[in-house]
Amino acid sequence: MELAAQIGGSVTDGLAYLGGLASLAGRAAYFTFVAPFRGKPLRLRRSVSQAMQVGVRALPILSLITFFIGLILALQSAYELRRLGALNYVANAVAISMTRELGPLITAIVVIGRSGSAFAAEIGTMKVSEEIDALETMAIHPVDFLVTPKFLAMIVMLPCLTIWANSMGILGGALFGVAQADFTWMRYIQASLDALFLRDILTGLVKSVMFGITITAVGCYEGLSTGAGAEQVGRSTTRAVVVSIFLVILVDLVFTSLFFFMTER
Amino acid sequence: MAYTGEQTETMISLRNLRVSYGAREILHGIDFDVKRGETLVILGGSGSGKSTLLRALVGLERPGSGEIWLRGKNLATVSGQEMDEIRKKIGMSFQGGALFGSMTVGENVALPLREHTKLEDSTIEIILRLKLDQVGLAGFENYMPSQLSGGMKKRAAVARALAMDPEILFFDEPSAGLDPIIAAGVDQLILELKKAFHMTIIVVTHELASAFLIADRMVLIDKGSVVAIGTTEEMRASTHPRVRQFLDRIAEPEVAQELDYLQMLTEITRPSR
Repeated sequence: MELAAQIGGSVTDGLAYLGGLASLAGRAAYFTFVAPFRGKPLRLRRSVSQAMQVGVRALPILSLITFFIGLILALQSAYELRRLGALNYVANAVAISMTRELGPLITAIVVIGRSGSAFAAEIGTMKVSEEIDALETMAIHPVDFLVTPKFLAMIVMLPCLTIWANSMGILGGALFGVAQADFTWMRYIQASLDALFLRDILTGLVKSVMFGITITAVGCYEGLSTGAGAEQVGRSTTRAVVVSIFLVILVDLVFTSLFFFMTER
Repeated sequence: MAYTGEQTETMISLRNLRVSYGAREILHGIDFDVKRGETLVILGGSGSGKSTLLRALVGLERPGSGEIWLRGKNLATVSGQEMDEIRKKIGMSFQGGALFGSMTVGENVALPLREHTKLEDSTIEIILRLKLDQVGLAGFENYMPSQLSGGMKKRAAVARALAMDPEILFFDEPSAGLDPIIAAGVDQLILELKKAFHMTIIVVTHELASAFLIADRMVLIDKGSVVAIGTTEEMRASTHPRVRQFLDRIAEPEVAQELDYLQMLTEITRPSR
C-alpha cells in the first residue's frame, strides 16, 4: 500500500516536473516565434553572444571528442567486419552510426556539460542574489530576457554542432580506414557519402533540435527553481546535468523508434 | 520632522492583506495607507513578515486575500500587463543591490530605459549620467558591479531604481551590511531624494537610528500583524509593550522549547493593537 503510494507520488512529481519544463519551453517558444510579430523584437545581440558561448566555444572539445568517437567506432566495427572479410564496410558503419545516433548524442552530452550546467548555475545565482526579482520589479520578464536568447541559440547551434560532429567522426573513421583498410582519404570520404542517405542526416538533425530544447528547458528550469542559499546553486547545477542526460536519452529513444517505424514501409 | 500634509492623495492602501507561503500564513491582515510624498518606514524584527510585506507591495508575492491598492489598481486582481505598467512606475532597491553581474553599472541603470522606452542611445546615455550623478556615482558607468564596494552597489541599485522616474521608491534594508558611515550616506541619499523629488518612499529596515532619521511615519510589524503605526513622535511616545521592547532594544526571553518556537512561528490568532 505504502509502496503504491510512493510510486504514485514519484509519478505525479515526475509529471509535474515535465509539465513545468513544457510550460517553460512553451513560454520561450512564444517569445521566440510569436512575440516578434507583436512588436517585441527578438534579443538578437544576447542570442548571438549565447550562440557564441554555446556553439563556437564548444568546437575544439567537440571536435576532439567526436574525432575519437569516430576512430573508436571504426575500430569496433572493424573487429567484426574483419572476420567477414568486409573491412571496406567500415566507412558505411561509421558514417551511419555517427549521423543517425552518435553525432547528435555526443554533441548533446558535450553541450549539457558545457552549457546546460552553465545555464542552471547562471540563472540559479541570479535567483539567489535577487536579480530575478529585480528583473520582475522592472517589468522585464525573466523568461523573455534570460531564457529566450538561450533557447534560440540552442536550437540554431545544436544542429550546426551536430553537422560538425558528424564530419569529425567520419574523419576519425577515415584515419583508421587509411591506416588499416587500404582506403585513401578521398575514397574513404566518397564511400561514406555513398553510404549515407539524406534522411540519415536529417533524422539526426531533428533529434539534435529536440535535444537543444530539452537541455535549455532543464537547465533554465533548474536555475529558476533554485531555492535560497549558495549551496542550492550547486544542487541545481548537478540536477540540471543529470536530468538533462536522462531526458536527452529518453527523447532519443522516442524519436529513434518514431523514425524506425516511419521508415519501415 | 512631521509630515507636511500638503498633498493628501493616497498612493498605496492595504486592506486586510494576507499572504501565505504554502499552508503557513505570514501576514495576518495588514491595513494601512501611504500618502503621496510620504516616507513610510516599515520596522520589524527578523521573521516578522516585513520583507514579505514589501515583496507583496511590489507584486513579487500574490496576496492570499485582501487588497493592495497601488496607483488605483488592486494588485490582487490585476492582469500581467497591468502589473507591468504599474512596475514601470515603481522602483525597488534590493538588499544586496541585485545588480546584474554580467553588465556594467551603466548598462544596469540603462536596462529599464532600453527595455521600456524607444529613446535614442545618446539620450539614454545622458539620463544614465544624470541618475549616476544623483546617487554620487558620476563616472562609474563602466565599472562592473563586482568592482564596487557595498555602499556603491547600493547607490548604483538606487540609480537603477530611479531610471524610469518612479512615483514610488521601495528600499529593502538600505543599510544592511554597511558600516555606520556608509549607512549614514545612504540615509542621506534617501533624504535628498525625498526633498528633491517629493517621491513616495517605502523603506523596510530594522535599523532604528536610520528609521527615525528618514521616516515621516512608521509601521511596526510583529509576527505578521501591524502592532503600531504613527509619526516618529507618536512612536517614541508609545507605551505599547512591543513598541517599547523594539525601540528600547529589550531582549526576548530565550526560546527554550521547540514546540513554543514552532507555535510562535505558526501562530495565527494574536492580539493586535
